[in-house]
Order: sequence, then C-alpha cells, then structure tokens
Amino acid sequence: MWIAFRRHRLAVFGLIVVGLLYFIAAFAELLAPFDPDASSARAVNHPPQIVRFIKTTPDGGWTFQPHVYAMAQKRDPITLATTFTSDPSKTVDIEFFGKGAPVRMWGTFEVERRLIAPKKSDERFYLIGADRLGRDMLSRIIYGTRISMSIGLVGVLMSLVLGVFLGGISGYFGGWIDASVQRIVEFKLAMPTIPIWLGLSAALPQDWPPTWRYFAITVILSLIGWTELARVVRGRFLALRTEDFVTAARLDGCSQMRVIFRHMLPSMVSHIIASVSLAIPMMIIAETSLSFLGLGLLPPTISWGVLLKEAQNVRTIAEAPWLFSPGVAVCIAVLALNFLGDGLRDAADPYAQEGR
Amino acid sequence: MSAAPPVIEVKNLVTEFATRHGPFRAVDDVSFTLRRGKTLCLVGESGSGKSVTARSILQIVDPPGDIKSGKVLLHRHNTARGRQSGESVIDLAALNKRSSAIRAVRGRDIAMIFQEPMSSLSPVHTIGDQIGEAIRLHENVSKKEALNRAIELLRKVEIPNADKTIHRYPFEYSGGMRQRAMIAMALACNPGVLIADEPTTALDVTTQAEILTLIRKLQDDNGMSVLFITHDMGVVAEVADEVAVMRYGKLVEQGDTLPIFEEPQHEYTKMLLGSVKQLDRPSTRRLARRASNPPGDVLLSVDALRKEFHIDRGSFFRKTAPLVAVNDVSLQLRSGENLGIVGESGSGKSTLGRAILRVYDTNGGSVNYTGKDGVTRDLVTLDENQLKSARRELRMVFQDPMSSLNPRMTVAQLIGEPMLVNGMLQGRALNDRVAELLQMVGLPASAMERYPHAFSGGQRQRIGIARAIALDPRIIIADEATSALDVSIRTQVLDLLLDLQERLDLSFIFISHDIAVIRYFCDRIAVMYRGRIVEEGPTEEVCNTPKHAYTQALLSAVPHPDPRMRGTRVRTRYREPA
Repeated sequence: MWIAFRRHRLAVFGLIVVGLLYFIAAFAELLAPFDPDASSARAVNHPPQIVRFIKTTPDGGWTFQPHVYAMAQKRDPITLATTFTSDPSKTVDIEFFGKGAPVRMWGTFEVERRLIAPKKSDERFYLIGADRLGRDMLSRIIYGTRISMSIGLVGVLMSLVLGVFLGGISGYFGGWIDASVQRIVEFKLAMPTIPIWLGLSAALPQDWPPTWRYFAITVILSLIGWTELARVVRGRFLALRTEDFVTAARLDGCSQMRVIFRHMLPSMVSHIIASVSLAIPMMIIAETSLSFLGLGLLPPTISWGVLLKEAQNVRTIAEAPWLFSPGVAVCIAVLALNFLGDGLRDAADPYAQEGR
Repeated sequence: MSAAPPVIEVKNLVTEFATRHGPFRAVDDVSFTLRRGKTLCLVGESGSGKSVTARSILQIVDPPGDIKSGKVLLHRHNTARGRQSGESVIDLAALNKRSSAIRAVRGRDIAMIFQEPMSSLSPVHTIGDQIGEAIRLHENVSKKEALNRAIELLRKVEIPNADKTIHRYPFEYSGGMRQRAMIAMALACNPGVLIADEPTTALDVTTQAEILTLIRKLQDDNGMSVLFITHDMGVVAEVADEVAVMRYGKLVEQGDTLPIFEEPQHEYTKMLLGSVKQLDRPSTRRLARRASNPPGDVLLSVDALRKEFHIDRGSFFRKTAPLVAVNDVSLQLRSGENLGIVGESGSGKSTLGRAILRVYDTNGGSVNYTGKDGVTRDLVTLDENQLKSARRELRMVFQDPMSSLNPRMTVAQLIGEPMLVNGMLQGRALNDRVAELLQMVGLPASAMERYPHAFSGGQRQRIGIARAIALDPRIIIADEATSALDVSIRTQVLDLLLDLQERLDLSFIFISHDIAVIRYFCDRIAVMYRGRIVEEGPTEEVCNTPKHAYTQALLSAVPHPDPRMRGTRVRTRYREPA
C-alpha cells in the first residue's frame, strides 16, 4: 500500500504538510515568537513586516543578520486614523533560538528559548501583522493550530469509535440489527447539519470553562460525523462476511467478537484510515464555521475560527486584510488533508492499482 | 498431408512486463504458425504466458506489458475472407497499439473470445445492440440491417428463438448462452481467425462440450483458423489439429496432436500428460488401502436435509417461491471412506457441504454425527456453542486457498488459530505443533513467519489442509479443494490427502465438478442435480455404467485426454422430465 501511495505525488505532499501542521500544533510554545495574548497599545492593527537578512553597515560592509524595519505609528490629527510607516534607520534584530518571555510548555515546565525571537527582549516584530489589540497574529495562528487541528482529530476519533462499532455490528449480524442501525443513520443524515450544530452549541452554557466547551464542541461535531464512517464500515463488513476466510474462522471455533475484531477488522484498516483522513477536514471546517459565528469556541480560547471572527466586518478588509490569514491556514490544512485522504483511498483500493 | 497455407506466423515474439524488479518476460522467444482452417491449441499451466501470447497478437496486452521484439505476420490473402484480394502481409507487432490499422484488423480479420463472458459483455446494453455495434463498427450498414444480421448470427450459434432473445440483456442469459452470444459477436464480421482464450473454462462440462462442437462446426463452415488457448488436456484432445506447449513463457514443444499425445518429447509435456492420465482412473494406493482396511461404521448420516434461499421477498403482499438449493438430500459416510459429490455449478453441492457444517441454518432434515466419545448428536438442533465440539472433528478445506486464508495473518497464526481459540495449546507448544503440521503437509518450518501471498497456489492449499487437520479431526469436507490448482499439482494434493487419511484415520466428503478427480480419490460417488441426489453408488460402477439419464449426459460430455477417442462417443443432453 505504501508503494501505491507514494506514486500519488499530491498525497505525499499532503502528508508532509499535514505532518508539519501537527508538528506546529505540538510545539506551539517553542515556535510562536510571543505570547499570543500579550497586547500592545502601540501596535493596534500593526501591518506585516518584511524580514530582511543582510544588514549593511555605513562603511559599505555587510553582515548576515535577519531583521525587520521598525514601524512608527502616526495619527492623522483630523481623521484620527492611524498609519504605520517603515523606518529603515531603526531595525529590530531577530535571532534563532533566542530568549523570550518564559511560558509553560504543555502546562508542565517553563521554557524561554524560541525558534525565532527578538534580540532585545523588550522589542517586538509582527511578521503577519497584529490584530486590533496589538497581539501578534503569527503567534496566535500558531497557537490556533493546536486547537483547530486537534479538534478534528479528537472529533474523528469519537466518530470512529461510534462508527466502527455500530457499522461493524450492523454489517456482521445483518437482519433487524442492521435495519435499525441503518434507519438511525438515515435519520441522522436527514437532519439538516448546520441548524443542529447551531442549536446544540447555542445551548451550551456561556460560563463553562474553555476546556469543557472544547470537549462539548467535539462531541457535537462527531455526533454527525459518525454516520458516514458507519456506512463505510458496514459496506466492508457486508463484502467480507461472505469471504471464505471468515467462514473458516467461524469453523475454527472463533467467537463472534474474535471473528469481527481479529479476522475482519484488520482487512479494512486501510479503508478506515482513508475515510478518517477525509473526515478530519470536515471537522476542521465545521469548527471554524461555528467559532466564526460565535457559537463554537469562545475567546480566550484561540482557534482559527475564533481568529477569523475578528475579520467579520468590512473595515477589516479595508484596513487590516492580514486578519484573514487564519483563513489561509484553514485552506492549507483542509487541502492537505484531502489530498492525503484521496491518496490513501486510492492506495487502499485494490482495483485502482491496475493500469497505473 | 499437404500443409494448409499459413494465416498467422508468430516469429520470435517477446513480450515483457515492466515491474519494480526489472522487466519480466511473459512471452520469451515464441514462434508458431497458424494455418488456414486448422485449430492450434496453446497449452500450458497458469502463468505460462499463453494468454499474453494471444493478446500480443492483437496488441491488447494490459499495461505495463509491451511487445519488445519479434514479428506477428498476418497473411491476409490466405484467410477465408481475404482470399479474393491480392497478396498482403501485415506485421501486427509493428503497428501502433492505438492506430486505426490495428483496429481494422481486430474484429474483422482476427476476432477474440474470452474466458468470462459475463465480464466481456456490457451489462447495460441488449445482446442485439452489442452484436449490431460490432457489425456497424467495421461495415457501413444501417441499424436495421445490422439487427437482422445479428439475429441470423444468433441462429447460427444455436440460440433458440433468436428474434426474441436478441432483445434481452446479458444477465438474462445463462453462462452457455452468453458464451454463444460472445461467439456470435466475434463472428459478426466473418473473421479469418478466431482466438479463443479459455472459452469454456468457466462453463460446466455439458455446456463446454456443446460450445466446442459449435466452434468446430462454425470453423468447418467458414474455413476459419482457430487459436485455442486452454489448460485442459481433455479439451486439447477434443479440438486440436496442432498443439503448442508453453511453460514459463517459452514454447517447449509443438507438433501435430497425435504425436504429441502419444510420443511426447519434452519432459514437461510428458509430466503434464502423465498427471492427466493418472487422474482419470482410481488411485492404486487408495484401492490397496481399502483392500486391507475396509470402511468401518457410519460416522455421519444426513437425512432429508433441506436448505432454501429466499432471494427476494417478492412484493409486499405476495411471497415468491424460495430457491431450494438442497432438496431433501440423504447421505451416509463411513469411517475411512471417501465420498464424492459431483455436480455442475448451481447444483447445490457446495451448499450441501456447508449446510452439513451448519455454516447455514437449515430448513429441515437432520445431520447425525457420531463423535469420538461415541455419542450421536443431530448437528441441526445444536446451537453455535454446542457446535464447537463437533466442528473440531468435522473440518473444511475450501476451494480458493487465496480467499480462505486471511491475507493479514502469518502461516503460523493461520494454522495455530483453531488450536488457540479452542484453548488446546499456547506459546511454545503451539509453535512446535504448527511446525509438525507444516512438515506433515510437506512444507518447511521456515514457512511459519510468512504471509499466504508469498506461496504458490498448491502451497497455499497445503496450508489450508494443515489448518483443517490441526484439531485432529475425523471428517474433512473438501469443497472443490483442487479446482483452483494446475493439473500437475492436483495429483500431488490428492496424494497428500490420501497420505493423511492413512496416517490420521480420516474420512472425506469431496465436492467437485471434476469427474476425473473424483474417480481418482473417491470410493463412492453421489451425483447432484438441481439440489437432489440423482444417483449414488461405488465410483467405478457409476462411472462405467451410469443408470440415471443425467449421469449419462454428464459423463458423455467429459472430454478425454486421448485424441483417438475424438468423436467416438455419442453426446446426450439431459432434459428434466416436466
């Protein structure tokens, strides 16, 4: 299967990107240059700064030193609109593995080192700008990766358990069990998804702590997501049930649970992985939309959807288009996961391997 | 005998498949000549490259296969069709795969029919549409005219009520009718050459005999040349004028049919014919064993066993009649005896085997089995848990060793599974037992850690047998256990089963469509037809003097691997009395 998968170039690319995203999610504390919640009155809607690598000295020499030009804030005395202008004479030097403000890594121990940090610890730089409270967008997106990417994973994990179990017994036993599970699935599919999500998440108490809310949202998302998986698993079970090796296992004296989990499930692992990787992006999109509408996760939790909520009005488009950058992150994540899922599905399909 | 003019000359053909481990030569330097009005049989076991050779002629080898070198000369002026035109010789191997030149040859000069007619016919078009299209592709005729020609063709291939059946879909045809329709389609443009790739392998013997006669008749009528690809020496003896034997992509021997059958030169041909001839008579070893050790008491007694399938529930108010797959069948099996159940596809023989083991729930009757403890139980009345002890003593060997061995388990896990789940052995003791079982079926102990796909068909069937004997059973039900194997391996597996019978004191119920195999292996035979047993008795008695009309028809259709017997027997067709 790995060989078939490798032939699918786009899928390999997707795999790399997905791996990178989960790496970012896992090591957000080390990768984000600043505290995502640290605001600054002097950097309200600060535009992105360009990184320059070569620093020239007045006598014509040069050194390798990544830096950005500092920006000066000016306020129009009549309109009171703020504008930022680049000041090439003042620079903010950036260093790799420099020291930043200490944060608790995974809530357990303190770290100071960052992948990129300003040389002087009181200076700040904004590679993709800052929001209306002067918080660094790059750091916020990096922290948002953690919630957004994990909500898909946790949600799919829950739908997987539900889907494999219900799909499994439905496909293996058939008869009235199959009929009733399938009617439940059809009932679920017949319900309009978005109003249900809206209704359920609106029903969550506003004063719940962020972690509860996070968990509740994943449950709501997976309540819908399991139906598709249950169908896929049921279909595979129906096909496998008549295979001779399943009959052989029964005649060997295996219990029904052993037949299902020891003999049948391993032959469909590849199919399940493929449908899981196609289900994760759906979850990510669902979380983003809910949070965007203000019904999913709420600040101070940071997710891409929460960040996008900042970009809800026309003013943003005009004044601070960089606030849309979490949307770019969503696009990249969803596309990468879809490529990966497509590649896995094709590689798992024995019929697709001929003639390629 | 003056040689007929050549129609197709294949010269030093090489076809290779690009694989991850470098090119694989499926056809290696093959040369032969097909002459006008003659039948050349290309014989070989699976993987010998005979199908690829045939496909190379028409340049329809599946990618990544490609013709590397050699020539395929079509002498168009020598075919029955192109006789009027002037001399024209085309090298088909030099034409582009997608060129219109090769497309003009396909279907018009050279037509091809395949093994599985269902997958070669489009399921969403009527037979008439499909034959009509084949005509219109090569000839400029109106739709109506094409349809009339199609009806005429169907009549030619002896399909009854051709003007009505032409409007039916392939799924409404039986297997034999589908293959007739395929032949009709192949004949649509009156080709000079017909390539038949295992055209009768998927069919029952009686249907096979009819199709063979039909091809022969059409060939005589049209002066067509036939390249007939088969693995079955009986069929070769029946139809071939010339024979070419292939092995590992190479042509090992070719010549006229009689000399090949009577004085084969090459070792491989000798071996192939030897194993075929050996199969058509009782095993001497079995006869010797029975003389010293006659069958004992009745072990298993099946009484009026019945199994119905409800195909669909019919309409809401009305129930459709169920399909009766096993219709009140009664059998007895004695200890140390081999009982053969023979029948054509759909006769219910496989269902019977599975119903005895209660893979299916039954609809009446009883299966009384006397266990090792001397207690007789009716398996029909036991529940799944109570069945466990009986299923330890009654085991099954399946037809297709590929699908009956879980591809994700190692050989050690596969063979160990029944002992593990029955709580008999674990850990080291289990490992030692698996090694012992592997040795009994003639496989090395090193096979334990490998997966089933790493083995050949014959070796896989040995693994299946090892799994069956793991629980020290008394009865083994073998469902077409040798049908998926090549002839030369078939005898080896049958001999292994006989050997195990002597060592472990086994009894067999051997289900097969192949009379030769049954004759070699079984003491008694039961002939099944449409869910019923129509005749039962000692094998030799039934085979030599069949009493029931169906048995007579069945035996008359079996091709004999002796070209001298060709046309000496009168073939009868059994029609069920209304």
